[in-house]
Amino acid sequence: MDIRCFTVLIFCPTQFHNLQELRHSASLANKVFIQRDYSEGTTCRFQTKFPSELESRIELTLFEETVKTLNNFYAEAEKIGGQSYLEGCLACATAYLIFLCMETRYEKVLKKIAKYIQEQNEKIYAPRGLLITDPIERGMRVIEISIYEDRGSSGSSSGSSSVSGSTAR
Amino acid sequence: MSAVMITRKLRKWEKLPGKNTFCCDGRVMMARQKGIFYLTLFLIIGTCSLFFAFECPYLAVHLSPAIPVFAVLLFLFVIAMLLRTSFSDPGVLPRALPEEANFIEMEIEAANGSVPSGQRPPPRIRNVQINNQIVKLKYCYTCKIFRPPRASHCSICDNCVDRFDHHCPWVGNCVGKRNYRYFYLFTLTLSLLTIYIFAFNIVHVVMRSVDQGFLSTLKETPGTVLEVLVCFFTLWSMVGLTGFHTYLISLNQTTNEDIKGSWSGKNRGQNPYSHKNIVKNCCEVLCGPTYPSVLDRRGLMQEDSPTAANSEGPCSFDNLVAQTVKTTAPLIPNEHTPDDVKPSIAAEKSSAPKDDPPLAAKLPPLASPETDAETSIVKNQ
Repeated sequence: MDIRCFTVLIFCPTQFHNLQELRHSASLANKVFIQRDYSEGTTCRFQTKFPSELESRIELTLFEETVKTLNNFYAEAEKIGGQSYLEGCLACATAYLIFLCMETRYEKVLKKIAKYIQEQNEKIYAPRGLLITDPIERGMRVIEISIYEDRGSSGSSSGSSSVSGSTAR
Repeated sequence: MSAVMITRKLRKWEKLPGKNTFCCDGRVMMARQKGIFYLTLFLIIGTCSLFFAFECPYLAVHLSPAIPVFAVLLFLFVIAMLLRTSFSDPGVLPRALPEEANFIEMEIEAANGSVPSGQRPPPRIRNVQINNQIVKLKYCYTCKIFRPPRASHCSICDNCVDRFDHHCPWVGNCVGKRNYRYFYLFTLTLSLLTIYIFAFNIVHVVMRSVDQGFLSTLKETPGTVLEVLVCFFTLWSMVGLTGFHTYLISLNQTTNEDIKGSWSGKNRGQNPYSHKNIVKNCCEVLCGPTYPSVLDRRGLMQEDSPTAANSEGPCSFDNLVAQTVKTTAPLIPNEHTPDDVKPSIAAEKSSAPKDDPPLAAKLPPLASPETDAETSIVKNQ
C-alpha cells in the first residue's frame, strides 16, 4: 500500500485524481452511515434521507441518485420471479453442485454494484473529498461514507467534532 | 542485515470473532461442537451401507435394478444437502467496526437524552414499520448493532445470524437465511430416504421369508434388524420435523418466531413478512435468490493495523479514528449471556403456546433461542 502511494505521488502530485491518493494525502474527519430502510420488508434497501454532515459537501440530488441506483441494483438482485425460480430449480436438480462452476445472479449484480460504486467514487465523491464504502464490506447493514479533510486546511472544523474532542484532551 | 520477521498473510477468517470453527482455509464454517454432526453422518452412511450390502443385491435381482439406483441418488442428495447446510455460512452478520459502533452509540444517546445517575437507561430498541406493522429492532451488545428484522444472536456460535431459524446440533451449524433451504431439503429427502429404506426392508423380509422362512432370513441378512430399528425411530422424528418446517414455510415464519409466539396468539395474521399466499411464501423461501455471504472469510487481512510507534509521516487515519474511539466512546458494558437469563428463557419456552408435533420432543434440543442481554433488562424493569 505504501509503495503504491509513493508511486502515485510521483506521477500525480497535487489533485485528488486517484482514490489511493485521497486516502493518503487527506485525513479522515468523520464517517456517516446510511442505514437500512425496512419499510418494505427485509429486502435490501437504504434510506434516502440526506445526512446533515454531507449538506456542505455534496448536492442532495447527486446523493439521492446514488442511493436510489444502489437500491435498484439490490432490488434487481433479490427479485423473485421467473429467472430466480429457474435458477433455484436447476440448482436443486443438480444438488446445488452447479454453483461450483456458475455464478449466481446475486453475485453478478454485486459485481455491477462494485463497479458502479468505484465509478461514483472516482467521478463524483472523491473530487468532493468523500468516499463510499461498498455495503457488502459492512455486512449490507450500512452505506459508509467517509468524509475527508484536505490536509492543507488545518483547523477546519466542519464535521470533525470527534477529532476536535480528542485533541482538546 | 536486520532480523526479518516471517509474517504470513492472514486470511480474514482467522481473525473473525465468534465461536465458529473453520476448515479448508476458510471455505468451511461450522459451530464448535461437531460431535452430533458426526453421529448424523455415521447413522446415515452406516444405515445406507447396510442397505446396499444386504438388501440391494436381492432386490435388484428379484424386483428391479432401479431400486438400488434410486437409493444411491437419494443417498447422494441427502449427503450433499447435509454438507451444504453444515459447511455454509448461515447468514452471519459481521460485528460493527468501532466507527459504526460509536456512531450508533451517539445516536442512542441523542435519542435517550440525559439519564439521571443511578437510573437504568432505557432498553435499546428501535421501532421500524414494515408493511404497516411496527417491528422492534433490538440492540445486540455483543455485535454492537441493531439487529435487522428476523435476525437473532446465537449464543452457541456467538454471532448474529440473519433470518435466524435455530441452531441445529445435528448439522453442527446455525440454520439461517443462507442455508435454510438446504436444511429443509435435507430433512425432506432424509424423510424420503428413511421411508424408502424402511419400506424396501419390509418388502425384502417378506419376499425372502416366503422362500426361506422368517428366522433364516434374519440370519442371512442381520443388517436388516438394525436398519429397521434406526429407520423406525428416525422416520417419525424426520417426518414430524419436515411437516413442522413445511408449516413454517407456508406461513413464512422462522422456528425462532414460532417459539417466541411473535406472530401467533393475539398477533395471529399480522406477520409482515408473509405474502398471505402459501404458494408465494414457499416460492420465496425455497426458490428465492441465493444470498451471498457477507463475511468474506477468505479475503486477506489488510496490513494497516497501526500503533503509535509505527505511524510515521502521513498520519494513518485508522490511528486517528482509534484515538477518537478511545477518548470519546462511552464505556459499554459488554453483557454476555448472563446465567440468570437462561432459567427465565426456559420458563418462557414452556409456557408459550406451541403446536409443535409431539414427536419433536423426542429430539435433543433443536432450537436454541438466543438469549440476549436486554431481555434481562426488560424483565428486571
